[in-house]
Amino acid sequence: MTLQTQHPVPGAPPAAAGVPRPKAHRFSALLHRSPNLRLAGLVTAPAGWLVLVYIAALAALLITAFWTVDTFTGKVSTVWTTENVVTVLTDPVYQRITLRTLWIAIAVTLIDLVLALPMAFFIAKVASPRWQKLLVVAVLMPLWASYLVKAYAWRNVLADGGLLEWLGTPIGLESPGYGETAVILTLAYIWLPFMILPIYAGFDRVPDSLLEASGDLGAKPLTTMRLVMFPLLVPSIIAGTIFTFSLSLGDYITAQIVGGTTQMLGTVVYANVGAANNLPFAAAVSLVPIAIITLYLFIVRRSGALNSL
Amino acid sequence: MRLSRNAKVSLGVVTALVLLFIYLPLLLVVVNSFNADRTFGWPPRGFTLEWWGRAFDSTGVREAVVSSLWVALVSTIISLVLGTLLALALLRYKFFGRDVISLLVILPIALPGIVTGIALNNMFTTILGVSLSMWTVVIAHATFCMVTVFNNVIARLRRMHGGLEEASADLGAGVFTTFRLVTFPQLRSALLAGGLLAFALSFDEIIVTTFTIGAGDTTLPIWILQNLFRPNQAPVVNVVAVVLIVVSIVPIWLAQRLSGDSVGIGATRVKVTED
Repeated sequence: MTLQTQHPVPGAPPAAAGVPRPKAHRFSALLHRSPNLRLAGLVTAPAGWLVLVYIAALAALLITAFWTVDTFTGKVSTVWTTENVVTVLTDPVYQRITLRTLWIAIAVTLIDLVLALPMAFFIAKVASPRWQKLLVVAVLMPLWASYLVKAYAWRNVLADGGLLEWLGTPIGLESPGYGETAVILTLAYIWLPFMILPIYAGFDRVPDSLLEASGDLGAKPLTTMRLVMFPLLVPSIIAGTIFTFSLSLGDYITAQIVGGTTQMLGTVVYANVGAANNLPFAAAVSLVPIAIITLYLFIVRRSGALNSL
Repeated sequence: MRLSRNAKVSLGVVTALVLLFIYLPLLLVVVNSFNADRTFGWPPRGFTLEWWGRAFDSTGVREAVVSSLWVALVSTIISLVLGTLLALALLRYKFFGRDVISLLVILPIALPGIVTGIALNNMFTTILGVSLSMWTVVIAHATFCMVTVFNNVIARLRRMHGGLEEASADLGAGVFTTFRLVTFPQLRSALLAGGLLAFALSFDEIIVTTFTIGAGDTTLPIWILQNLFRPNQAPVVNVVAVVLIVVSIVPIWLAQRLSGDSVGIGATRVKVTED
Protein backbone atom coordinates (compact mmCIF):
# COMPACT_ATOMS: atom_id res chain seq x y z
CA MET A 1 0.00 0.00 0.00
CA THR A 2 1.29 3.41 -0.92
CA LEU A 3 -1.31 5.42 0.89
CA GLN A 4 1.07 8.01 2.22
CA THR A 5 2.28 9.18 -1.13
CA GLN A 6 -1.13 9.25 -2.73
CA HIS A 7 -3.06 11.29 -0.24
CA PRO A 8 -1.18 13.99 1.55
CA VAL A 9 -2.52 15.07 4.93
CA PRO A 10 -4.20 18.44 4.52
CA GLY A 11 -1.76 21.19 5.33
CA ALA A 12 1.28 19.06 4.63
CA PRO A 13 3.15 19.70 1.41
CA PRO A 14 2.20 17.37 -1.46
CA ALA A 15 4.34 14.27 -1.11
CA ALA A 16 4.91 13.77 -4.79
CA ALA A 17 5.82 17.35 -5.61
CA GLY A 18 5.77 18.22 -9.27
CA VAL A 19 3.27 15.50 -10.20
CA PRO A 20 -0.14 17.15 -10.75
CA ARG A 21 -2.72 15.61 -8.45
CA PRO A 22 -5.66 13.98 -10.20
CA LYS A 23 -9.10 15.46 -9.73
CA ALA A 24 -10.35 12.62 -7.55
CA HIS A 25 -7.62 13.28 -5.03
CA ARG A 26 -8.40 16.95 -4.83
CA PHE A 27 -12.06 16.04 -4.27
CA SER A 28 -11.11 13.56 -1.59
CA ALA A 29 -8.98 16.19 0.16
CA LEU A 30 -11.85 18.65 0.00
CA LEU A 31 -14.14 16.06 1.59
CA HIS A 32 -11.57 15.37 4.25
CA ARG A 33 -11.45 19.03 5.21
CA SER A 34 -15.18 19.58 5.32
CA PRO A 35 -17.39 17.37 7.53
CA ASN A 36 -20.48 19.21 6.30
CA LEU A 37 -19.69 18.30 2.73
CA ARG A 38 -19.12 14.68 3.73
CA LEU A 39 -22.45 14.62 5.55
CA ALA A 40 -24.21 16.18 2.57
CA GLY A 41 -22.68 13.57 0.30
CA LEU A 42 -23.91 10.77 2.55
CA VAL A 43 -27.36 11.98 3.42
CA THR A 44 -28.59 13.64 0.22
CA ALA A 45 -29.36 10.54 -1.83
CA PRO A 46 -31.15 8.38 0.78
CA ALA A 47 -33.00 11.24 2.52
CA GLY A 48 -33.89 12.69 -0.87
CA TRP A 49 -35.27 9.31 -1.96
CA LEU A 50 -37.35 8.90 1.20
CA VAL A 51 -38.72 12.43 1.00
CA LEU A 52 -39.27 12.63 -2.76
CA VAL A 53 -40.66 9.13 -3.18
CA TYR A 54 -42.33 8.34 0.11
CA ILE A 55 -43.26 11.54 1.91
CA ALA A 56 -44.29 13.20 -1.35
CA ALA A 57 -46.47 10.18 -2.13
CA LEU A 58 -48.14 10.27 1.29
CA ALA A 59 -48.76 14.01 0.94
CA ALA A 60 -50.16 13.54 -2.55
CA LEU A 61 -52.45 10.82 -1.18
CA LEU A 62 -53.86 13.25 1.35
CA ILE A 63 -54.50 15.82 -1.39
CA THR A 64 -56.01 13.33 -3.83
CA ALA A 65 -58.61 12.35 -1.23
CA PHE A 66 -60.11 15.81 -1.76
CA TRP A 67 -60.29 15.53 -5.55
CA THR A 68 -62.91 13.84 -7.71
CA VAL A 69 -63.16 11.58 -10.72
CA ASP A 70 -64.58 12.85 -13.99
CA THR A 71 -67.46 10.48 -14.64
CA PHE A 72 -67.07 10.76 -18.44
CA THR A 73 -63.33 10.30 -18.93
CA GLY A 74 -62.73 8.26 -15.76
CA LYS A 75 -59.72 10.46 -15.08
CA VAL A 76 -58.95 12.20 -11.80
CA SER A 77 -59.97 15.85 -11.97
CA THR A 78 -58.54 18.41 -9.62
CA VAL A 79 -61.83 19.81 -8.45
CA TRP A 80 -61.77 20.23 -4.67
CA THR A 81 -64.45 18.46 -2.68
CA THR A 82 -64.89 16.95 0.76
CA GLU A 83 -67.50 14.53 -0.58
CA ASN A 84 -65.24 11.44 -0.50
CA VAL A 85 -64.12 11.97 3.05
CA VAL A 86 -67.63 12.81 4.22
CA THR A 87 -69.00 9.63 2.57
CA VAL A 88 -66.36 7.45 4.20
CA LEU A 89 -67.09 8.93 7.62
CA THR A 90 -70.90 9.10 7.50
CA ASP A 91 -72.14 6.34 5.17
CA PRO A 92 -73.32 3.43 7.40
CA VAL A 93 -71.74 0.92 4.97
CA TYR A 94 -68.27 2.36 5.47
CA GLN A 95 -68.82 2.88 9.18
CA ARG A 96 -69.62 -0.81 9.49
CA ILE A 97 -66.55 -1.76 7.46
CA THR A 98 -64.37 0.50 9.60
CA LEU A 99 -65.72 -1.03 12.82
CA ARG A 100 -65.31 -4.56 11.47
CA THR A 101 -61.70 -3.83 10.44
CA LEU A 102 -61.00 -2.36 13.87
CA TRP A 103 -62.54 -5.40 15.56
CA ILE A 104 -60.45 -7.77 13.43
CA ALA A 105 -57.25 -5.85 14.21
CA ILE A 106 -58.01 -5.83 17.94
CA ALA A 107 -58.92 -9.52 18.00
CA VAL A 108 -55.72 -10.41 16.11
CA THR A 109 -53.66 -8.34 18.54
CA LEU A 110 -55.24 -9.98 21.60
CA ILE A 111 -54.81 -13.52 20.24
CA ASP A 112 -51.17 -12.84 19.42
CA LEU A 113 -50.60 -11.34 22.85
CA VAL A 114 -52.02 -14.41 24.59
CA LEU A 115 -49.91 -16.76 22.47
CA ALA A 116 -46.74 -14.65 22.54
CA LEU A 117 -46.46 -13.92 26.29
CA PRO A 118 -45.90 -17.46 27.61
CA MET A 119 -43.73 -18.42 24.65
CA ALA A 120 -41.53 -15.32 24.88
CA PHE A 121 -41.21 -15.84 28.62
CA PHE A 122 -40.19 -19.45 28.15
CA ILE A 123 -37.57 -18.56 25.53
CA ALA A 124 -36.09 -15.68 27.52
CA LYS A 125 -36.17 -16.97 31.08
CA VAL A 126 -36.65 -20.75 31.17
CA ALA A 127 -34.89 -22.24 28.13
CA SER A 128 -31.16 -22.97 28.27
CA PRO A 129 -28.95 -20.59 26.22
CA ARG A 130 -28.57 -23.19 23.47
CA TRP A 131 -32.32 -23.71 23.17
CA GLN A 132 -32.85 -19.98 23.43
CA LYS A 133 -30.83 -19.41 20.25
CA LEU A 134 -32.56 -22.23 18.41
CA LEU A 135 -36.04 -21.09 19.41
CA VAL A 136 -35.41 -17.48 18.37
CA VAL A 137 -34.27 -18.65 14.95
CA ALA A 138 -37.30 -20.93 14.75
CA VAL A 139 -39.57 -17.94 15.31
CA LEU A 140 -37.58 -15.66 13.01
CA MET A 141 -37.53 -17.87 9.93
CA PRO A 142 -41.27 -17.99 9.24
CA LEU A 143 -41.49 -14.25 9.95
CA TRP A 144 -39.70 -13.79 6.66
CA ALA A 145 -41.64 -16.41 4.71
CA SER A 146 -43.98 -14.88 2.19
CA TYR A 147 -47.09 -13.26 3.58
CA LEU A 148 -48.99 -14.47 0.54
CA VAL A 149 -47.89 -18.07 1.03
CA LYS A 150 -48.96 -17.97 4.67
CA ALA A 151 -52.42 -16.73 3.76
CA TYR A 152 -52.53 -19.36 1.03
CA ALA A 153 -51.45 -22.05 3.50
CA TRP A 154 -54.44 -21.17 5.66
CA ARG A 155 -56.71 -21.45 2.66
CA ASN A 156 -55.52 -25.07 2.52
CA VAL A 157 -55.88 -25.59 6.26
CA LEU A 158 -59.43 -24.22 6.35
CA ALA A 159 -60.61 -25.82 3.11
CA ASP A 160 -63.51 -28.26 2.93
CA GLY A 161 -62.03 -31.62 3.83
CA GLY A 162 -58.81 -29.84 4.81
CA LEU A 163 -56.45 -30.33 7.74
CA LEU A 164 -58.49 -28.38 10.30
CA GLU A 165 -61.63 -30.38 9.60
CA TRP A 166 -59.64 -33.61 9.86
CA LEU A 167 -58.09 -32.52 13.16
CA GLY A 168 -61.27 -31.00 14.54
CA THR A 169 -63.91 -33.60 13.72
CA PRO A 170 -62.73 -36.22 16.28
CA ILE A 171 -62.90 -33.62 19.08
CA GLY A 172 -66.16 -32.12 17.87
CA LEU A 173 -64.76 -28.91 16.41
CA GLU A 174 -65.85 -27.60 13.06
CA SER A 175 -63.68 -25.68 10.61
CA PRO A 176 -64.97 -22.10 10.49
CA GLY A 177 -64.73 -22.13 6.69
CA TYR A 178 -63.92 -18.94 4.82
CA GLY A 179 -65.16 -15.78 6.52
CA GLU A 180 -64.42 -13.28 9.26
CA THR A 181 -63.21 -15.89 11.77
CA ALA A 182 -60.88 -17.28 9.13
CA VAL A 183 -59.48 -13.79 8.51
CA ILE A 184 -58.81 -13.29 12.24
CA LEU A 185 -57.16 -16.71 12.59
CA THR A 186 -55.00 -16.23 9.52
CA LEU A 187 -53.91 -12.70 10.40
CA ALA A 188 -53.13 -13.80 13.97
CA TYR A 189 -51.00 -16.54 12.45
CA ILE A 190 -49.21 -14.23 10.01
CA TRP A 191 -48.30 -11.51 12.50
CA LEU A 192 -47.54 -13.75 15.50
CA PRO A 193 -43.72 -13.63 15.11
CA PHE A 194 -43.94 -9.82 15.05
CA MET A 195 -45.43 -10.03 18.54
CA ILE A 196 -43.20 -12.78 19.96
CA LEU A 197 -39.86 -11.17 19.08
CA PRO A 198 -40.22 -7.73 20.72
CA ILE A 199 -41.76 -9.31 23.83
CA TYR A 200 -38.94 -11.86 23.97
CA ALA A 201 -36.44 -9.00 23.69
CA GLY A 202 -38.29 -7.25 26.52
CA PHE A 203 -38.18 -10.31 28.82
CA ASP A 204 -34.53 -10.78 27.95
CA ARG A 205 -33.73 -7.25 29.10
CA VAL A 206 -35.25 -7.80 32.56
CA PRO A 207 -32.25 -8.65 34.79
CA ASP A 208 -32.49 -11.99 36.57
CA SER A 209 -31.12 -10.38 39.73
CA LEU A 210 -34.21 -8.21 39.94
CA LEU A 211 -36.45 -11.27 39.83
CA GLU A 212 -34.31 -13.07 42.39
CA ALA A 213 -34.44 -10.05 44.70
CA SER A 214 -38.20 -10.02 44.43
CA GLY A 215 -38.31 -13.74 45.22
CA ASP A 216 -35.92 -13.35 48.16
CA LEU A 217 -38.15 -10.65 49.58
CA GLY A 218 -40.93 -13.19 49.62
CA ALA A 219 -42.87 -12.50 46.44
CA LYS A 220 -44.48 -15.51 44.77
CA PRO A 221 -43.69 -15.96 41.06
CA LEU A 222 -47.06 -14.51 40.03
CA THR A 223 -46.55 -11.45 42.26
CA THR A 224 -43.07 -10.95 40.84
CA MET A 225 -44.51 -11.16 37.34
CA ARG A 226 -47.22 -8.65 38.11
CA LEU A 227 -45.21 -6.12 40.11
CA VAL A 228 -41.68 -6.41 38.71
CA MET A 229 -41.73 -7.94 35.27
CA PHE A 230 -44.92 -6.54 33.79
CA PRO A 231 -44.17 -2.82 34.29
CA LEU A 232 -40.76 -3.29 32.66
CA LEU A 233 -42.35 -5.18 29.81
CA VAL A 234 -45.04 -2.67 28.86
CA PRO A 235 -43.00 -0.85 26.17
CA SER A 236 -42.14 -4.16 24.45
CA ILE A 237 -45.75 -5.31 24.53
CA ILE A 238 -46.90 -2.05 23.01
CA ALA A 239 -44.17 -2.28 20.36
CA GLY A 240 -45.54 -5.71 19.42
CA THR A 241 -49.12 -4.48 19.31
CA ILE A 242 -48.16 -1.61 17.01
CA PHE A 243 -47.14 -4.15 14.41
CA THR A 244 -50.00 -6.63 14.74
CA PHE A 245 -52.58 -3.86 14.97
CA SER A 246 -51.34 -1.65 12.18
CA LEU A 247 -50.54 -4.49 9.79
CA SER A 248 -53.97 -6.09 10.31
CA LEU A 249 -55.71 -2.78 9.85
CA GLY A 250 -54.43 -2.41 6.31
CA ASP A 251 -54.85 -5.99 5.17
CA TYR A 252 -56.73 -6.94 2.05
CA ILE A 253 -54.96 -9.99 0.64
CA THR A 254 -55.91 -12.25 3.55
CA ALA A 255 -59.48 -10.99 3.37
CA GLN A 256 -59.47 -11.88 -0.33
CA ILE A 257 -57.97 -15.33 0.14
CA VAL A 258 -59.77 -16.68 3.22
CA GLY A 259 -62.38 -14.00 3.93
CA GLY A 260 -65.12 -15.13 1.59
CA THR A 261 -67.25 -12.00 1.24
CA THR A 262 -65.74 -10.23 4.27
CA GLN A 263 -65.09 -6.58 3.46
CA MET A 264 -62.28 -4.72 5.18
CA LEU A 265 -60.99 -1.18 4.65
CA GLY A 266 -58.20 -2.64 2.54
CA THR A 267 -60.55 -4.48 0.20
CA VAL A 268 -62.50 -1.25 -0.36
CA VAL A 269 -59.28 0.60 -1.18
CA TYR A 270 -58.20 -2.13 -3.58
CA ALA A 271 -61.57 -2.31 -5.32
CA ASN A 272 -61.54 1.45 -5.87
CA VAL A 273 -58.03 1.50 -7.28
CA GLY A 274 -58.73 -1.40 -9.60
CA ALA A 275 -62.24 -2.20 -10.76
CA ALA A 276 -64.07 0.97 -9.71
CA ASN A 277 -61.20 3.20 -10.85
CA ASN A 278 -61.87 5.87 -8.26
CA LEU A 279 -58.49 6.81 -6.83
CA PRO A 280 -59.72 9.83 -4.86
CA PHE A 281 -62.23 7.65 -3.03
CA ALA A 282 -59.62 4.95 -2.42
CA ALA A 283 -57.32 7.65 -1.04
CA ALA A 284 -60.10 8.88 1.26
CA VAL A 285 -60.69 5.33 2.58
CA SER A 286 -56.98 4.77 3.14
CA LEU A 287 -56.88 7.85 5.36
CA VAL A 288 -58.97 5.94 7.92
CA PRO A 289 -56.29 3.34 8.84
CA ILE A 290 -53.62 6.05 8.67
CA ALA A 291 -55.62 8.19 11.12
CA ILE A 292 -56.27 5.26 13.47
CA ILE A 293 -52.61 4.21 13.49
CA THR A 294 -51.43 7.79 14.02
CA LEU A 295 -53.86 8.14 16.92
CA TYR A 296 -52.64 4.85 18.39
CA LEU A 297 -49.00 5.89 18.07
CA PHE A 298 -49.86 9.22 19.68
CA ILE A 299 -51.51 7.49 22.64
CA VAL A 300 -48.67 5.02 23.24
CA ARG A 301 -45.90 7.53 22.53
CA ARG A 302 -45.43 8.29 26.24
CA SER A 303 -44.84 4.66 27.16
CA GLY A 304 -41.46 4.69 25.44
CA ALA A 305 -42.61 1.93 23.10
CA LEU A 306 -41.46 3.86 20.06
CA ASN A 307 -37.86 3.57 21.25
CA SER A 308 -38.10 -0.20 21.24
CA LEU A 309 -39.33 -0.26 17.65
CA MET B 1 -37.80 -16.17 40.43
CA ARG B 2 -38.10 -19.87 41.15
CA LEU B 3 -40.72 -21.50 39.01
CA SER B 4 -42.13 -24.86 39.94
CA ARG B 5 -41.28 -27.77 37.68
CA ASN B 6 -44.90 -27.94 36.61
CA ALA B 7 -44.91 -24.30 35.56
CA LYS B 8 -41.74 -24.79 33.51
CA VAL B 9 -43.09 -27.89 31.81
CA SER B 10 -46.41 -26.29 30.96
CA LEU B 11 -44.62 -23.22 29.54
CA GLY B 12 -42.50 -25.57 27.44
CA VAL B 13 -45.61 -27.35 26.20
CA VAL B 14 -47.25 -24.05 25.26
CA THR B 15 -44.08 -23.04 23.38
CA ALA B 16 -44.02 -26.33 21.50
CA LEU B 17 -47.69 -25.97 20.59
CA VAL B 18 -47.22 -22.42 19.32
CA LEU B 19 -44.24 -23.56 17.24
CA LEU B 20 -46.39 -26.34 15.83
CA PHE B 21 -49.05 -23.74 15.03
CA ILE B 22 -46.38 -21.66 13.25
CA TYR B 23 -44.93 -24.47 11.17
CA LEU B 24 -47.85 -26.80 10.47
CA PRO B 25 -49.59 -24.68 7.79
CA LEU B 26 -46.30 -24.14 5.94
CA LEU B 27 -45.53 -27.86 6.07
CA LEU B 28 -49.00 -28.54 4.72
CA VAL B 29 -48.21 -26.48 1.61
CA VAL B 30 -45.00 -28.45 1.11
CA VAL B 31 -46.78 -31.79 1.51
CA ASN B 32 -49.62 -30.71 -0.75
CA SER B 33 -47.19 -29.85 -3.54
CA PHE B 34 -46.66 -33.64 -3.75
CA ASN B 35 -50.29 -34.55 -3.06
CA ALA B 36 -51.68 -36.71 -5.86
CA ASP B 37 -55.25 -35.62 -5.13
CA ARG B 38 -55.98 -32.34 -6.89
CA THR B 39 -58.57 -31.23 -4.34
CA PHE B 40 -56.02 -31.64 -1.52
CA GLY B 41 -58.28 -33.50 0.83
CA TRP B 42 -56.57 -34.46 4.05
CA PRO B 43 -54.98 -36.93 4.65
CA PRO B 44 -53.38 -37.26 1.18
CA ARG B 45 -54.06 -40.55 -0.61
CA GLY B 46 -50.91 -40.63 -2.70
CA PHE B 47 -47.88 -38.66 -3.76
CA THR B 48 -46.67 -37.47 -7.13
CA LEU B 49 -43.98 -35.31 -8.71
CA GLU B 50 -46.29 -34.35 -11.57
CA TRP B 51 -47.07 -30.84 -10.26
CA TRP B 52 -43.39 -30.00 -9.90
CA GLY B 53 -42.80 -31.07 -13.48
CA ARG B 54 -45.75 -29.02 -14.65
CA ALA B 55 -44.52 -25.96 -12.79
CA PHE B 56 -41.10 -26.23 -14.42
CA ASP B 57 -42.72 -26.54 -17.86
CA SER B 58 -45.03 -23.57 -17.37
CA THR B 59 -43.80 -20.52 -19.31
CA GLY B 60 -45.95 -18.26 -17.14
CA VAL B 61 -44.16 -19.47 -14.02
CA ARG B 62 -40.73 -19.22 -15.64
CA GLU B 63 -41.33 -15.64 -16.79
CA ALA B 64 -42.63 -14.70 -13.36
CA VAL B 65 -39.52 -16.17 -11.72
CA VAL B 66 -37.26 -14.13 -14.01
CA SER B 67 -39.25 -10.93 -13.31
CA SER B 68 -39.16 -11.54 -9.56
CA LEU B 69 -35.42 -12.16 -9.61
CA TRP B 70 -34.82 -9.01 -11.65
CA VAL B 71 -36.98 -6.83 -9.40
CA ALA B 72 -35.40 -8.25 -6.24
CA LEU B 73 -31.88 -7.82 -7.58
CA VAL B 74 -32.26 -4.21 -8.75
CA SER B 75 -34.11 -3.11 -5.60
CA THR B 76 -31.48 -4.82 -3.46
CA ILE B 77 -28.68 -2.95 -5.23
CA ILE B 78 -30.44 0.40 -4.80
CA SER B 79 -31.24 -0.26 -1.15
CA LEU B 80 -27.65 -1.40 -0.47
CA VAL B 81 -26.31 1.94 -1.68
CA LEU B 82 -28.97 4.12 -0.03
CA GLY B 83 -29.14 2.14 3.21
CA THR B 84 -25.36 2.22 3.70
CA LEU B 85 -25.11 5.95 3.01
CA LEU B 86 -27.92 6.64 5.43
CA ALA B 87 -26.46 4.46 8.19
CA LEU B 88 -23.07 6.18 7.87
CA ALA B 89 -24.71 9.61 7.96
CA LEU B 90 -26.96 8.90 10.95
CA LEU B 91 -24.34 7.20 13.09
CA ARG B 92 -21.33 9.38 12.38
CA TYR B 93 -22.90 12.84 12.33
CA LYS B 94 -25.27 14.84 14.46
CA PHE B 95 -27.44 17.14 12.41
CA PHE B 96 -30.80 18.83 12.31
CA GLY B 97 -33.56 16.40 11.31
CA ARG B 98 -31.57 13.29 12.24
CA ASP B 99 -34.34 11.84 14.41
CA VAL B 100 -36.94 12.55 11.75
CA ILE B 101 -34.93 10.69 9.14
CA SER B 102 -34.36 7.69 11.42
CA LEU B 103 -38.12 7.49 11.89
CA LEU B 104 -38.71 8.03 8.17
CA VAL B 105 -36.65 5.01 7.20
CA ILE B 106 -38.82 2.56 9.18
CA LEU B 107 -42.09 4.19 8.14
CA PRO B 108 -42.46 2.25 4.85
CA ILE B 109 -42.55 -1.05 6.76
CA ALA B 110 -44.36 0.24 9.86
CA LEU B 111 -47.33 1.60 7.92
CA PRO B 112 -49.57 -1.07 6.37
CA GLY B 113 -48.45 -2.11 2.89
CA ILE B 114 -51.71 -0.91 1.44
CA VAL B 115 -50.92 2.68 2.45
CA THR B 116 -47.48 2.56 0.83
CA GLY B 117 -49.03 0.83 -2.17
CA ILE B 118 -51.86 3.24 -2.85
CA ALA B 119 -49.70 6.29 -2.06
CA LEU B 120 -47.13 5.25 -4.66
CA ASN B 121 -49.79 4.16 -7.15
CA ASN B 122 -51.47 7.54 -6.81
CA MET B 123 -48.21 9.41 -7.19
CA PHE B 124 -47.14 7.50 -10.28
CA THR B 125 -50.47 7.49 -12.11
CA THR B 126 -52.32 10.63 -10.96
CA ILE B 127 -49.59 13.08 -10.02
CA LEU B 128 -46.69 12.17 -12.30
CA GLY B 129 -48.64 10.51 -15.11
CA VAL B 130 -46.10 7.67 -15.35
CA SER B 131 -47.48 4.35 -16.56
CA LEU B 132 -46.88 1.46 -14.16
CA SER B 133 -44.15 -1.01 -15.06
CA MET B 134 -41.46 -3.18 -13.50
CA TRP B 135 -39.50 0.00 -12.79
CA THR B 136 -42.25 1.45 -10.60
CA VAL B 137 -42.20 -1.85 -8.67
CA VAL B 138 -38.43 -1.49 -8.22
CA ILE B 139 -38.80 2.07 -6.88
CA ALA B 140 -41.47 0.91 -4.43
CA HIS B 141 -39.46 -2.12 -3.27
CA ALA B 142 -36.23 -0.17 -2.85
CA THR B 143 -38.10 2.25 -0.58
CA PHE B 144 -39.06 -0.40 1.97
CA CYS B 145 -36.00 -2.65 1.49
CA MET B 146 -33.66 0.17 2.45
CA VAL B 147 -34.46 -0.37 6.12
CA THR B 148 -33.04 -3.91 6.27
CA VAL B 149 -29.67 -2.77 4.92
CA PHE B 150 -29.80 0.30 7.14
CA ASN B 151 -30.46 -1.78 10.26
CA ASN B 152 -27.67 -4.24 9.56
CA VAL B 153 -25.09 -1.62 8.66
CA ILE B 154 -25.89 0.65 11.59
CA ALA B 155 -25.69 -2.29 14.00
CA ARG B 156 -22.24 -3.11 12.63
CA LEU B 157 -21.07 0.51 12.69
CA ARG B 158 -22.03 0.74 16.35
CA ARG B 159 -19.63 -2.06 17.18
CA MET B 160 -16.85 -0.81 14.92
CA HIS B 161 -13.86 1.18 16.08
CA GLY B 162 -13.78 4.68 14.63
CA GLY B 163 -10.10 4.66 15.57
CA LEU B 164 -9.13 2.55 12.57
CA GLU B 165 -10.58 5.08 10.17
CA GLU B 166 -8.85 7.92 11.96
CA ALA B 167 -5.57 6.03 11.78
CA SER B 168 -6.11 5.51 8.08
CA ALA B 169 -6.72 9.23 7.56
CA ASP B 170 -3.71 10.13 9.70
CA LEU B 171 -1.58 7.88 7.54
CA GLY B 172 -2.70 9.94 4.58
CA ALA B 173 -5.48 7.87 3.02
CA GLY B 174 -8.17 9.93 1.34
CA VAL B 175 -11.84 9.65 2.19
CA PHE B 176 -12.58 7.15 -0.57
CA THR B 177 -9.45 5.08 0.00
CA THR B 178 -10.30 4.80 3.69
CA PHE B 179 -13.80 3.66 2.85
CA ARG B 180 -12.55 1.12 0.31
CA LEU B 181 -9.71 -0.34 2.36
CA VAL B 182 -10.81 0.17 5.97
CA THR B 183 -14.54 0.73 6.37
CA PHE B 184 -15.89 -1.51 3.61
CA PRO B 185 -14.06 -4.73 4.60
CA GLN B 186 -15.51 -4.42 8.10
CA LEU B 187 -18.99 -3.80 6.74
CA ARG B 188 -18.88 -6.58 4.16
CA SER B 189 -20.75 -9.30 6.04
CA ALA B 190 -23.32 -6.80 7.37
CA LEU B 191 -23.90 -5.63 3.80
CA LEU B 192 -24.29 -9.19 2.62
CA ALA B 193 -26.76 -9.95 5.40
CA GLY B 194 -28.75 -6.77 4.80
CA GLY B 195 -28.71 -7.38 1.06
CA LEU B 196 -29.97 -10.96 1.45
CA LEU B 197 -32.81 -9.76 3.67
CA ALA B 198 -33.71 -7.02 1.21
CA PHE B 199 -33.70 -9.61 -1.56
CA ALA B 200 -35.98 -11.95 0.37
CA LEU B 201 -38.30 -9.10 1.32
CA SER B 202 -38.62 -7.95 -2.29
CA PHE B 203 -38.85 -11.42 -3.85
CA ASP B 204 -42.08 -12.38 -2.13
CA GLU B 205 -43.71 -8.95 -1.59
CA ILE B 206 -47.30 -8.84 -2.76
CA ILE B 207 -49.29 -5.91 -1.38
CA VAL B 208 -47.24 -2.95 -2.58
CA THR B 209 -46.52 -4.87 -5.79
CA THR B 210 -50.20 -5.22 -6.72
CA PHE B 211 -50.51 -1.45 -6.60
CA THR B 212 -47.36 -0.56 -8.51
CA ILE B 213 -47.03 -3.23 -11.20
CA GLY B 214 -47.92 -2.67 -14.85
CA ALA B 215 -50.92 -4.43 -16.38
CA GLY B 216 -48.98 -7.04 -18.37
CA ASP B 217 -46.25 -7.77 -15.85
CA THR B 218 -46.18 -10.63 -13.36
CA THR B 219 -43.88 -11.40 -10.47
CA LEU B 220 -44.10 -14.78 -8.76
CA PRO B 221 -46.44 -13.62 -5.96
CA ILE B 222 -48.64 -11.86 -8.53
CA TRP B 223 -48.74 -15.11 -10.51
CA ILE B 224 -49.93 -16.96 -7.42
CA LEU B 225 -52.62 -14.38 -6.73
CA GLN B 226 -53.84 -14.54 -10.33
CA ASN B 227 -54.02 -18.34 -10.35
CA LEU B 228 -55.14 -18.92 -6.78
CA PHE B 229 -58.81 -19.13 -7.60
CA ARG B 230 -58.44 -21.24 -10.74
CA PRO B 231 -59.06 -24.85 -9.68
CA ASN B 232 -57.06 -26.39 -12.54
CA GLN B 233 -53.97 -24.37 -11.58
CA ALA B 234 -54.19 -25.18 -7.85
CA PRO B 235 -51.51 -27.93 -7.86
CA VAL B 236 -49.00 -25.68 -9.62
CA VAL B 237 -49.80 -22.83 -7.22
CA ASN B 238 -48.75 -25.13 -4.37
CA VAL B 239 -45.40 -25.81 -6.03
CA VAL B 240 -44.78 -22.09 -6.62
CA ALA B 241 -45.69 -21.39 -2.99
CA VAL B 242 -43.06 -23.90 -1.86
CA VAL B 243 -40.50 -22.22 -4.11
CA LEU B 244 -41.39 -18.87 -2.51
CA ILE B 245 -40.96 -20.30 0.99
CA VAL B 246 -37.55 -21.71 0.13
CA VAL B 247 -36.33 -18.60 -1.71
CA SER B 248 -37.34 -16.37 1.19
CA ILE B 249 -36.09 -18.59 4.01
CA VAL B 250 -32.69 -19.63 2.64
CA PRO B 251 -31.38 -16.02 2.41
CA ILE B 252 -32.61 -15.37 5.96
CA TRP B 253 -30.82 -18.42 7.22
CA LEU B 254 -27.64 -17.33 5.42
CA ALA B 255 -27.99 -13.76 6.69
CA GLN B 256 -28.41 -15.13 10.18
CA ARG B 257 -25.11 -17.00 9.95
CA LEU B 258 -23.32 -14.06 8.37
CA SER B 259 -24.30 -11.07 10.39
CA GLY B 260 -24.10 -12.14 14.00
CA ASP B 261 -25.84 -8.85 14.71
CA SER B 262 -29.48 -9.12 14.15
CA VAL B 263 -31.97 -10.27 11.64
CA GLY B 264 -35.20 -8.48 11.97
CA ILE B 265 -37.13 -5.47 10.98
CA GLY B 266 -38.07 -2.60 13.20
CA ALA B 267 -39.39 -3.94 16.46
CA THR B 268 -38.07 -7.37 15.74
CA ARG B 269 -34.43 -6.46 15.95
CA VAL B 270 -33.33 -9.24 18.21
CA LYS B 271 -29.82 -10.17 19.02
CA VAL B 272 -29.37 -13.80 18.23
CA THR B 273 -25.78 -14.85 18.51
CA GLU B 274 -23.65 -13.70 21.37
CA ASP B 275 -20.21 -14.30 19.91
